[in-house]
Amino acid sequence: MMHENWTGFNAGVWQDEINVRDFIQTNYTEYRGTADFLAGATPRTNELMQTVNGLFAQERQNGGVLDIDTDTVSSLTSYAPGYIDQSKEIIVGLQTDSPLKRGVNPFGGIRMARQACEAYGYLLGRSVEEGFRYRTTHNDGVFRAYTDEMRAARKCHVITGLPDAYGRGRIIGDYRRVALYGVDRLIEAKQADKAALAAGNFNADQIRLDEELFSQIRFLGFLKEMAAMYGYDIGRPAANAREAVQWTYFAYLAAIKEQNGAAMSLGRVSTFFDIYVERDLADGILTEQGAQELMDDFVIKLRMARHLRTPEYNELFGGDPMWITEAVGGMGEDGRTLVTKSSFRMLNTLYTLGPSPEPNLTVLWSSALPTGFKKFCAKVSADTDSIQYENDDVMRPLYGDDYAIACCVSAMKVGQQMQFFGARCNLAKLLLIAINGGYDAESGVHIGPQMPVMDSDKLDFHEVMDRFTVYISWLMRLYVNTMNIIHYMHDRYAYEKIQMALHDTQVERFMAFGVAGLSVVADSLSAIKYAMVLPVKNEDGFVVDFRTMGSFPKFGNDDDRVDLIARDLTHQVITELRKTPTYRDAIHTLSVLTITSNVMYGKHTGATPDGRVAGAPFAPGANPMHNREENGALASLNSVAKLRFDDCRDGISNTFSITPEALGRTPEERVDNLVSILDGYFAKKAHHINVNVLNRETLMKAYEDPEAYPNLTIRVSGYAVNFHKLSREQQREVISRTFHEAL
Amino acid sequence: MTGRVHSIQSLGTVDGPGVRFVAFLQGCPLRCGCCHNPDTWELTGGTPYTAEALVQKATRFTEYFGETGGITLSGGEPLLQADFVYEVFALCRERGIHTCLDTSGCVLNEAVRRALTVTDRVLLDIKYTDDVSYRALVGCGLQAPLDFLAELEARRIPTTLRQVIIPTLNDTAQNVLALKAIADSHACVDKVELLPFRKVCQVKYDALGLPFAFGHLPEPSGENMQRLNELL
Repeated sequence: MMHENWTGFNAGVWQDEINVRDFIQTNYTEYRGTADFLAGATPRTNELMQTVNGLFAQERQNGGVLDIDTDTVSSLTSYAPGYIDQSKEIIVGLQTDSPLKRGVNPFGGIRMARQACEAYGYLLGRSVEEGFRYRTTHNDGVFRAYTDEMRAARKCHVITGLPDAYGRGRIIGDYRRVALYGVDRLIEAKQADKAALAAGNFNADQIRLDEELFSQIRFLGFLKEMAAMYGYDIGRPAANAREAVQWTYFAYLAAIKEQNGAAMSLGRVSTFFDIYVERDLADGILTEQGAQELMDDFVIKLRMARHLRTPEYNELFGGDPMWITEAVGGMGEDGRTLVTKSSFRMLNTLYTLGPSPEPNLTVLWSSALPTGFKKFCAKVSADTDSIQYENDDVMRPLYGDDYAIACCVSAMKVGQQMQFFGARCNLAKLLLIAINGGYDAESGVHIGPQMPVMDSDKLDFHEVMDRFTVYISWLMRLYVNTMNIIHYMHDRYAYEKIQMALHDTQVERFMAFGVAGLSVVADSLSAIKYAMVLPVKNEDGFVVDFRTMGSFPKFGNDDDRVDLIARDLTHQVITELRKTPTYRDAIHTLSVLTITSNVMYGKHTGATPDGRVAGAPFAPGANPMHNREENGALASLNSVAKLRFDDCRDGISNTFSITPEALGRTPEERVDNLVSILDGYFAKKAHHINVNVLNRETLMKAYEDPEAYPNLTIRVSGYAVNFHKLSREQQREVISRTFHEAL
Repeated sequence: MTGRVHSIQSLGTVDGPGVRFVAFLQGCPLRCGCCHNPDTWELTGGTPYTAEALVQKATRFTEYFGETGGITLSGGEPLLQADFVYEVFALCRERGIHTCLDTSGCVLNEAVRRALTVTDRVLLDIKYTDDVSYRALVGCGLQAPLDFLAELEARRIPTTLRQVIIPTLNDTAQNVLALKAIADSHACVDKVELLPFRKVCQVKYDALGLPFAFGHLPEPSGENMQRLNELL
């Protein structure tokens, strides 16, 4: 098959089937040079960005939300076209009819939509309330099916943050398909898939899929309609670079109009765009300056994306994030790098537009990446604290060379795999519940197998582990079953129609579980094993504190005695999870990632044997506990690198903060040393790292005077935030973290 | 053999080229007023390590060293444990790890000469460029590091000259030019680093109950550091 808009592209199977990867592989031009070719911002870009920055300032002054349309249910065509400044925009399209105005999306749960409006001084419109009065939301469905035990686990915070009242997200539509094929062709392909179902038997699975295909096709129609409202016919393939960016953005925009999923990630578009840019440059219809402008305008749009959240949600996921994650770089299976000039252009937006948490730029690092690109990444990190790194060399063997990252660290093949997001369970709390024989002293809830409180004067490592094992086994079964209910209901009442329309019809699913408090538990078990831990009971006979005497190895010092406790624990958890079957035969995966919820998890967890006091925050993700590292940064990295990606295929998040002085004396040395650190860390088969190069003092100043630092961006746990958007508590926790300093 | 190690920094980026594993050895014969590691002065104490164990530990970080990094032995004055330095560096050489010695150059004996046979680079602190200051503020004469430098020259060991710039004591163009003259007259010196005097170590002195001799002096301004650096 051939289309006139494909003129100049190399032929491949991509012409006959929906296969963006094949299009990329047969057409892209790798780039192995330096950043010298890059263009800066044009006056147009600067003026538009100035307007946008003004809007951001208004939003900030307005308490975090500029405006809410409380009378319209957000969907693809429910708002009139919106613009920032139409005369200056190259790429168009906003979520609602006005910039930064948020829509309401009650499909996840009407209560959450209502509370979110109220939190910012609005009232959810009567028509919306009426419309949903007799309608079942995802949230309704879940709570109809939840068992008493599931409710208790939720109440005592041993499993929390589950997407049972909000959109699950972490699904990446292959938004590029719209640009490459046009919507008409995508509809034809889905119709063919639907017709093919007729040949099979109609059991529950088939019927569900059949109806899903109906919805997908319907929403592809809405997507076309939405673009038409802006004056574009996206039924046909994109004809040039600007259209390729615009078509792709329309597809993404449709997704965030339809869904307020927790993480609405973008995928891997830079190198795809580059093919169109190269064609236009060769045809003389685009300049380098024009290519950068396209990327800038696209990124401006991404930076304006917003969802309406409740304060409780912000406690889990601070900083108003969308996780518009874009995976940049990486290597191809044939040994060519997937770095193109547009990979540089994407990172360059952090200079042309200034530092920013969104889009969540994620570099897929490989030892084989070209040196020029490695150095540019390191420079951008040192200058902006806005990018994260994930190990392409451990992910590529599992996910091929056209995977992307959903949210923070979740790899999936674009358009072929999706995940059922499952937040995390609190391992530190579970240890305390185990010691107390099925009682959570923080909430007063009896939960899990009931047995006597551990009554020895001194905790014995083997006795504690035996006990802990029983409770891990119990909780993991409960966790899987809880997730099964959530995702059954989400599919039923809040199915992601446009995003799944941009997937293959037969997708592979992951069910992503998580743990919080790994370093707290590892250090606690290490204390029990290597020091003396005496439980302290309250008058009711429950353990509420510990007296820990003597020293013990602590996670973060490259000491196998404790690091392997952490590693074995993740292995034990995923092994237990795998024992319970999942909804839609999803593959069990595990993450060690907390986002900013490490603060909230810590708040609900009593004192632990490692010496952490009741209520104190956990370390984020897989980080060692703050300031327990005694041998410097690389020892800390080595400890985290020991956790196995095979056990934690949903990602192992590590956030690393270092002062500029500790990274080297000159800017050039800092770049070279950061490249060495990243090469070394990933050669150890580590999975992920957030890099911040800054001084604690800067954060303390921003804490005292947030208005003076409106654009201070820092990486937290798998994503980046504007520091001022974190809660005071979250800010204090970030300040208290380890900063690796020069001696 | 066993050496006494004060502490380990797994990520050293300012003591030698690239990313380095830095071991600070215990004990120093000098008492420089600007010293930022007073906790390494005592000749006793520290954690005992065999050379094999220390190198084993360093080996856990080889992936980070890239093409230029490696191990640095600093202190304290590592040359007080020259036999240990020799063994550590010899084992590193076997493993292809670049070896770097951070020293005041105040000790020169047979053991030190042997250690230099397995040393890839030396960071040599020339604290002042005149003998009077040396004797008054360091505890040895200027000739000691100059003799050491002559030894490095003879052995053609790549050398970085370093000097801490301390306002009122050596923050003058005259002093920096004198340092440059020393560098220029030795072919082994391929780099000169001026390090601004910093007072963050005040807390260490407080913890040890020791007076910080230069605690009353200011830190040099960025402008002055730049001006002095431009002379090099």
